[in-house]
Amino acid sequence: MSSALTPSLLPDRFARWFAARGWSPRPHQLQLVEHAARGASVLLVAPTGGGKTLAGFLPSLIELSTLPLRRSRVLHTLYISPLKALAVDVARNLEMPVAEMALDVKIETRTGDTPAGRRQRQRYSPPDTLLTTPEQLALLLSHSDAPRMFGHLRAVVLDELHAIHNSKRGDLLALALARLAKLAPGHRSVGLSATVADPKPLQRYLVPQSGEEALSELVRAKGGAAPQISILASEEYVPWAGHLARHAMADVMAAIKKAKTTLVFVNTRRQAELTFQDLWRINDDNLAIALHHGSLAPEQRRKVEAAMAAGRLKAVVCTSTLDLGIDWGAVDNVVCIGAPKGAARLVQRIGRANHRLDEPSEAMLVPANRFEVLECEAAREAVIAGELDGDRLKTGSLDVLAQHVLGMACAANFFEDDLYAEVISAAPYRDLGREDFSRVVDFVATGGYALKRYDRYAKLRKTPEGQWRLAHPRLAQNYRLNAGTIVEDPMIDIRLQSKGRPIGAGGRVLGQMEEYFIEQLAPGDTFVFAGEVLAFQGIHEDAAFVVRTNDTEAEVPSYNGGKFPLSTFLAQRVREIVSQPDRWGLLPDPVQEWLRIQEWRSIVPQPGQLLVEMFPRGKRFYLVCYPFEGRLAHQTLGMLVTRRLERLRLQPTGFSANEYALAVWGRRDLSGVNLPALFDEDMLGDDLDAWLAESNLYKRTFKNCAVIAGLIERRSPLKEKTGRQVTFSTDLIYDVLREHEPDHILLRATYQDAATGLLDVARLGDMLKRVRGRIVSRKLDRVSPLAVPALLEISKEMVAGEAAEEALRETEESLIADAMRME
Amino acid sequence: MNRNECVIIVNGETLLLEPSGAVWWPDEKTLVLADLHFEKGSSYARSGQFLPPYDTRATLKRIGALIARLRPERVIALGDSFHDGGAGDRLDGEEIAVLSGLTRAVHWVWVEGNHDPEPPAWLGGTIRPFYQARGLMFRHIPCTEPCAGEVAGHVHPVVRVNRNGLSLRRRCFASDGLRLLLPAFGAYTGGFDVREEAVTSLFAREMAVFAMGRERVYAVRGPCHTLLRNRNMDAQPSATAISTVNTP
Repeated sequence: MSSALTPSLLPDRFARWFAARGWSPRPHQLQLVEHAARGASVLLVAPTGGGKTLAGFLPSLIELSTLPLRRSRVLHTLYISPLKALAVDVARNLEMPVAEMALDVKIETRTGDTPAGRRQRQRYSPPDTLLTTPEQLALLLSHSDAPRMFGHLRAVVLDELHAIHNSKRGDLLALALARLAKLAPGHRSVGLSATVADPKPLQRYLVPQSGEEALSELVRAKGGAAPQISILASEEYVPWAGHLARHAMADVMAAIKKAKTTLVFVNTRRQAELTFQDLWRINDDNLAIALHHGSLAPEQRRKVEAAMAAGRLKAVVCTSTLDLGIDWGAVDNVVCIGAPKGAARLVQRIGRANHRLDEPSEAMLVPANRFEVLECEAAREAVIAGELDGDRLKTGSLDVLAQHVLGMACAANFFEDDLYAEVISAAPYRDLGREDFSRVVDFVATGGYALKRYDRYAKLRKTPEGQWRLAHPRLAQNYRLNAGTIVEDPMIDIRLQSKGRPIGAGGRVLGQMEEYFIEQLAPGDTFVFAGEVLAFQGIHEDAAFVVRTNDTEAEVPSYNGGKFPLSTFLAQRVREIVSQPDRWGLLPDPVQEWLRIQEWRSIVPQPGQLLVEMFPRGKRFYLVCYPFEGRLAHQTLGMLVTRRLERLRLQPTGFSANEYALAVWGRRDLSGVNLPALFDEDMLGDDLDAWLAESNLYKRTFKNCAVIAGLIERRSPLKEKTGRQVTFSTDLIYDVLREHEPDHILLRATYQDAATGLLDVARLGDMLKRVRGRIVSRKLDRVSPLAVPALLEISKEMVAGEAAEEALRETEESLIADAMRME
Repeated sequence: MNRNECVIIVNGETLLLEPSGAVWWPDEKTLVLADLHFEKGSSYARSGQFLPPYDTRATLKRIGALIARLRPERVIALGDSFHDGGAGDRLDGEEIAVLSGLTRAVHWVWVEGNHDPEPPAWLGGTIRPFYQARGLMFRHIPCTEPCAGEVAGHVHPVVRVNRNGLSLRRRCFASDGLRLLLPAFGAYTGGFDVREEAVTSLFAREMAVFAMGRERVYAVRGPCHTLLRNRNMDAQPSATAISTVNTP
């Protein structure tokens, strides 16, 4: 259809431009022009390299080209990207067609780095096209002049929508879109997305909801050539546990040598640091191999990105920081170390190589242990079959809504009913009850406590007409300092100084690390960061000072972030492979042997079953089960199961969880336990509740919600408050609130978060439902092959709540033992 | 004495460190509490941070439980009992009634702090700039000079304990056997790391640190055993062992 449509859809100037570049417009690009001509909103689903960005802007450029030259400029198209760097890059790329077609189109970006003067000017004299981020949009909408700035808006382009729609940032953006729909009724939206399993939630996201489900139009770009995925697995040796794949580094190096430019993806920053070190240890040719992860200083990351763009690098070891973003034409090889965790993530990563649709991308998966071999195989089959994992859809977060309500009050007085109607037109909030909305407004106004203590300090007050108004302009200033949904652990700068200089005497910033990690270091301790082994010197003011060392091994930073749970979809496929011996032939010999012996000694579970094995080992009795639901859900399950065993007086002493299995142990034989009762769904009631009261993960979730909702300010204009100087403890606030007002809206927001996030309660619930009546158990005289990886897992947990007391007790014992030693 | 109790000697006096952060002085039937910071929560309301307004009643409840269990004749609050000058006016009727009941039931000494130079007029008990009893001197702000027998608050000491892959931050007591620092008792109070010079400089000798656990207090740093009375009584170290540990 493309050539037939071209003349009517593309103005001459555009058709000539395409021709001059030797291109012909892609069908999906023309389809977007067609939808735009009708004023329809549309979602474009296209693989990387499909000319997605140009497709998104083409209709806007055509519309702008028809406007008279002498005109007072108004904002015509707003582009939102999850990444600041991407917005800047897209702006640069757009300049080319605009210049070559001599279009009178003014394009500008607006990010945190934009100078204050230009930001000010953009509000009263906007460009035709503004490229920015969700946070900046929220800030713009909180100004009273937002109606003027956005009143003439014709189009909104949302890039990488798949990566953002189902997150708190996505909630913030959805609420902003709802406001834009009110300020500029009738404008159209364009969503740009990578291939997703189910486009419906994204189509819904793009258009205002009103009772009945409304969907945008959908355009699917034709897929490119199928990727070629190989799995690196040795026929001799496959490790039992671990995530580093150190055994495979020589093969990874060989792959790097063979290709022009390689991206080496890993799942955590810790893995990135170690893999980088391991590669350099065998980098005899001194190939240009760089490191890229979220904790490195921005300048350092930018340097790597620039070197990459200029083709000066042979390889980059990176985390999900490079999952999205700027196109690098030169990348022709992708290596994924460790399990892919999800088919969609794998597709995204593979797509980073070879941004041309007609040639297949190549990728090599490097599983680090036996279960990961299964996972890689499952992911490969899924990608080839074109099947992807869908995310569990979250509902709009209440803490984000609270932030938005305050922002809207900064912009103008509002009637509660009006704002409610606007909010529920945003897809994530379409099921929000009127009552809950009122409670959120009440929370913003005075804290929302049953004990009405803060009325005289209210942030929002009712006008005689019944509108809510901001109580004081100073509050708008506070809002703008604290807006945003990304809450980081308190971070501390790492500064490199020369040896022998006193601590604090200057030094280049290498990056940032979590404060809790730095606090546990003693002067002289070494750790790997930014690809080097560094020795900690001390903390001075708000930076940690380090010097270089000649050591090759070091205590390694253990970061919190960056671990993804195994997707439900992939878990299902792994369960299938395990249960079907006729498919094992594809697997490397050691893995086949492992599964065969498992089948002979115990059983291999069928997909719907939950296998539970019980056996003694050493002085302990073990109970190991295999839900395949990811580490987070298993950890929660471990907490709850040990609680129950404790109540049965079976004295569990600890457990360990990995992505596939949970192992629980104790001093007493666990083989007599009533398994259906132990794994009954009702554990998600009181047991869960009791555990949440003391869970550190949960308290951290609460802190994030409290910051986003504005209960705790990140920054105030009076004093720059960093994480280090927070003068009250959120843990204590949590304890008090939980005791005195367990139904408070913030506690509900916390639960909502944890259920789908850190604790994966929802997933655990699904699993318990699935296995009801399908638990198969085996009493064994010794450990089974399948159980070994779980027992080897390094991070072990003590039974719920006891871990901290145990740590204190042991510290005391060792202190006293040390003191009493008679030597 | 219960094996789980943490009893130390400070300037010759036997003191029991409570996991709640209080100190119990059995010989004098005296309960010591530091930095209650009543109405700290509501003090943030003016700046628009609406912390749960339940911190005062949470603190009062914990004090009430301690008093019911230990039956003290005297309670000493080591200053900063009220978070700011207006805090007394922000207590509600019920909280005032509870507090007044407590101050009527025992001999209550309010040591003045830097946050509460003027406690509310309705407050029962005695208000003192400092308070002395036997070998101990109770003060809010510790003297910068080493000071034998001083029991003080103000600093809000906390300690970080790293073990078993956990990194815990706990309120703590700190003592070198001559003076004692108490953790803050108030519900929302943060803390100050004992490794900071502001804390270490207070002590003439190496300080011992006792962290608050859920059920008891744990000795976690420094020559704690030299101060401990009850632990391992059967295996008292010889004098030589103690002196080796004490040598800096």
